[in-house]
Amino acid sequence: MTELKLYQVGTFAAGNRLLDPSQRTEQSHAGRANSITSGHRACRGCGEALGARVVLDAAMRASGGRMVTVNATGCLEVFSTPYPESAWRVPWLHSLFGNAAAVASGVAASLQAQGRDDIRVVAQAGDGGTVDIGIGCLSGMFERNDDVLFVCYDNQGYMNTGVQRSGATPAAASTATTRPVGSRVGNAFGTGKSLPVIAMAHELPFVATATVADLHDLERKVVTAMGMHGARYLHVLVPCPLGWGTSSADTVRVARLAVESGFFPVFEAHDGEVTDVGRIRRQVPVADYLRLQARFAHLFGEPGHPDVVARLQRQADRSIAHFGLLEGEPS
Amino acid sequence: MLRQVEGSRAVAETVARCRPDVVAAYPISPQTHIVEALSDLVAEGRAGRCRFLMVESEFGAMSACIGASAAGGRAYTATASQGLLFMAEALPNASGLRLPIVMTVANRALGAPINIWNDHSDAMSQRDAGWIQLFAASNQEAVDLHVQAFAVAESLHVPVMVNMDGFVLTHAVEAIDVPDQEQVDALLPPFRPLHVLDPEHPVTIGAMVGPEAFTEVKYLEARRQLRALDVVGEVAGRFHDVTGRRSGGLTSSYRLEDADVVLVGLGSLLGTAADVVDELRDQGMAVGLLGVTCLRPWPFDEVRDTLARASRVVVLNRAVSVGAGTVLGGDVRLTLAGTPVVVHDVVSGLGGRPVTRDLLRRLLTDAAEGRLSDHELVFADLDESLAARALESELDHEEVGR
Amino acid sequence: MSASGADGRTAVEVRFHGRGGQGVVTAAELLSVAAFAQGLAAQAIPSFGSERTGAPVVAFCRVAHRPIRSHDPITNPDAVIVQDPTMLQIPGILDGLRPGGLLLVNSARRPEDLGLTGTSARLVTVPASELSRSRLGRPVPNTVLLGALAGLTGIVSLSALQEAIRSRFSGDAGEHNAALAADGHRVAHETLAEGDSRAQAG
Repeated sequence: MTELKLYQVGTFAAGNRLLDPSQRTEQSHAGRANSITSGHRACRGCGEALGARVVLDAAMRASGGRMVTVNATGCLEVFSTPYPESAWRVPWLHSLFGNAAAVASGVAASLQAQGRDDIRVVAQAGDGGTVDIGIGCLSGMFERNDDVLFVCYDNQGYMNTGVQRSGATPAAASTATTRPVGSRVGNAFGTGKSLPVIAMAHELPFVATATVADLHDLERKVVTAMGMHGARYLHVLVPCPLGWGTSSADTVRVARLAVESGFFPVFEAHDGEVTDVGRIRRQVPVADYLRLQARFAHLFGEPGHPDVVARLQRQADRSIAHFGLLEGEPS
Repeated sequence: MLRQVEGSRAVAETVARCRPDVVAAYPISPQTHIVEALSDLVAEGRAGRCRFLMVESEFGAMSACIGASAAGGRAYTATASQGLLFMAEALPNASGLRLPIVMTVANRALGAPINIWNDHSDAMSQRDAGWIQLFAASNQEAVDLHVQAFAVAESLHVPVMVNMDGFVLTHAVEAIDVPDQEQVDALLPPFRPLHVLDPEHPVTIGAMVGPEAFTEVKYLEARRQLRALDVVGEVAGRFHDVTGRRSGGLTSSYRLEDADVVLVGLGSLLGTAADVVDELRDQGMAVGLLGVTCLRPWPFDEVRDTLARASRVVVLNRAVSVGAGTVLGGDVRLTLAGTPVVVHDVVSGLGGRPVTRDLLRRLLTDAAEGRLSDHELVFADLDESLAARALESELDHEEVGR
Repeated sequence: MSASGADGRTAVEVRFHGRGGQGVVTAAELLSVAAFAQGLAAQAIPSFGSERTGAPVVAFCRVAHRPIRSHDPITNPDAVIVQDPTMLQIPGILDGLRPGGLLLVNSARRPEDLGLTGTSARLVTVPASELSRSRLGRPVPNTVLLGALAGLTGIVSLSALQEAIRSRFSGDAGEHNAALAADGHRVAHETLAEGDSRAQAG
């Protein structure tokens, strides 16, 4: 396949008449599964709705439509299944909040026992259901190497319940439980956890991060994952206009800035080692990323918190260095 | 075939013969021998195509069972006490999703303080989770109830909890007849799920139901549970046809025909009680015994019909509904409301304190001779001096604080 | 003593004491399996704390001619077996033992040297640890004591006991332990004979 580098805005979008059909996204195909179809109740500009559609349609293509889904409690589940309607066109099971991984493990084991393990299992959860309340079951699924692809849609907070802080909320972010009041400057530094790194520590066959800013990359990672067996983990950054205080038209742009500033490293890992990174084409100061989001507004203005912004910049720089996001040719 | 075998081992062999597709379990005393034996049976290829998932917690265990069942497989787990509580969120999830999972609960006390010994507080705490709750009076019945449980569950698409007294039954070695594969197959046809995750027929399982429909969903669930009253009996009847053994059903009666004082209880204490009833009958006392085999749904009519002719009923509870009385006693009182039967609500056998012949003899005799209170909860095996000393000491501390 | 109590009760009840790791629970179980093989009803019950070696363990076995319905604990055993003589100092170890009941202790000392006074129990000692050391290389006293129990009381036959042992322990372990049961059985008979001759002499 010819490696193409197109630098115009729009080349990362779905559709894309400039690409060879074989390089187009699944979303550009009329025959895509439309796993989550229109009519759901997501907010406009919802990154998770976009992410879920892209991920599941790619998974459906990769599995020849032989796939079932387990979904944790959270925005995605709530806005897609208001009884008596459902936006799902794939077999779909609502688990509880913290057990999508365990339920999916049970599904996979059951299909195996019944001799139906050509049917693939995809589990989905938000960041809360993955890194906090879901981590026990998830780690269990990881260490047993159960044949499940677990996808975390990370909007960095408990959005469906009103934007409370989770273990994935970045430092300095304002949430309903980390408001910048009193002496607090948003979510505390030195807290939080990286599930992708924790996943790598389990030496899984596949761990990757992606965002809704690069749908080709996201789809490609889903296809790679679906071509493998065992416990696999995909962590997708999905901006939430409501929770992040961004314009609903900026979802993709904000996700791109998260990547280009080093705030959200994009990489792929196998058996505990990083094998590929999404190189930053042109590093962007974190302030450019932060300024678009009301959840960081308290860091700017008079007097603002330039020291905190500087600290966040240092964090991003460390992340870039650690993953080698600037080295060599940009992707 | 009758064999001298440990209760847990017999249950494990029975479950293996029920052809489960997935067993997901996490160890907790006193259930451990069940899951250990099942793990061996699966590894030895003696559980057919069953997959054994060694999960990371009881919550994980029930969750995996939910997934397994929703994917069309027959699912089983076992737990006790704290483990049952840890999966509490998943219990109404299973019943609400109509997944016919079967679970053994090796009854054990709830902490704090931590106590690993036998009482019924764990089962009582989950009586409203929408699961059918059966109680085995013996190891033979425990074995039989597991086969019946799968049949009942899959007939109604309601999960079933089989309760057996921890340590007392699970760890007792005695003569037990484990139904053979043919007998089990005759009673348990292949699982046909109500709804299933299937790419050929995609469905959404588990939607968000708001105020406009939730009541109706729960009403239908309540009606369905009541249908279990018939199904439990039918399945017990079919079990008898196939094995020749009477076990299961809603209640068990012993020497009730002309009984004036009746003891009501659950589980293994019924065996001890039967011996005591025989003794007291030999002495001329008109006493009898009613064992409740199906606690949920509550067999209102059968209990009422059976107890209505007695003058006194002594309900023996191995759990306390703190601040309110007891569950079993409360159910019996409700059932006998409007009748002249006097109900004595008695607590004993908590946290592994054994229900002894002496205790039962004393209770029945006191009841018959009008010495047992009927308007307050009686802690029948309380060490009064120990309790008094503790109370005094509490009082002392309070005064020092002022 | 057969599977009927001396006072017409329908079950014979035995209590085993030892420390975790000495096969106390197994002893109760083997006795129950042997009884079952002879067509009797038998129930073996361990009583637990959480698993750990060295801690005191109690196990029970009741044997009867009729099916056993009750799972209540054994409070008045007909025989108490003590697998570890250091446990004789534990208060309550003889609690409930019926007057004239058998107290069988794993010890190389003579009964009168055990320092037990004020008991109406029939005291018998068997050097079970020493015997098992010589066959197994390890002091595992349970099968010897079971053989002695069978010899002293007739609660089960030696052959039923040995069959139970062989089905529980395969290969050499089964054979050695079956032989140990026979050792215990023989010592018991010697003790009985001694008692008879003493009675005759007295």
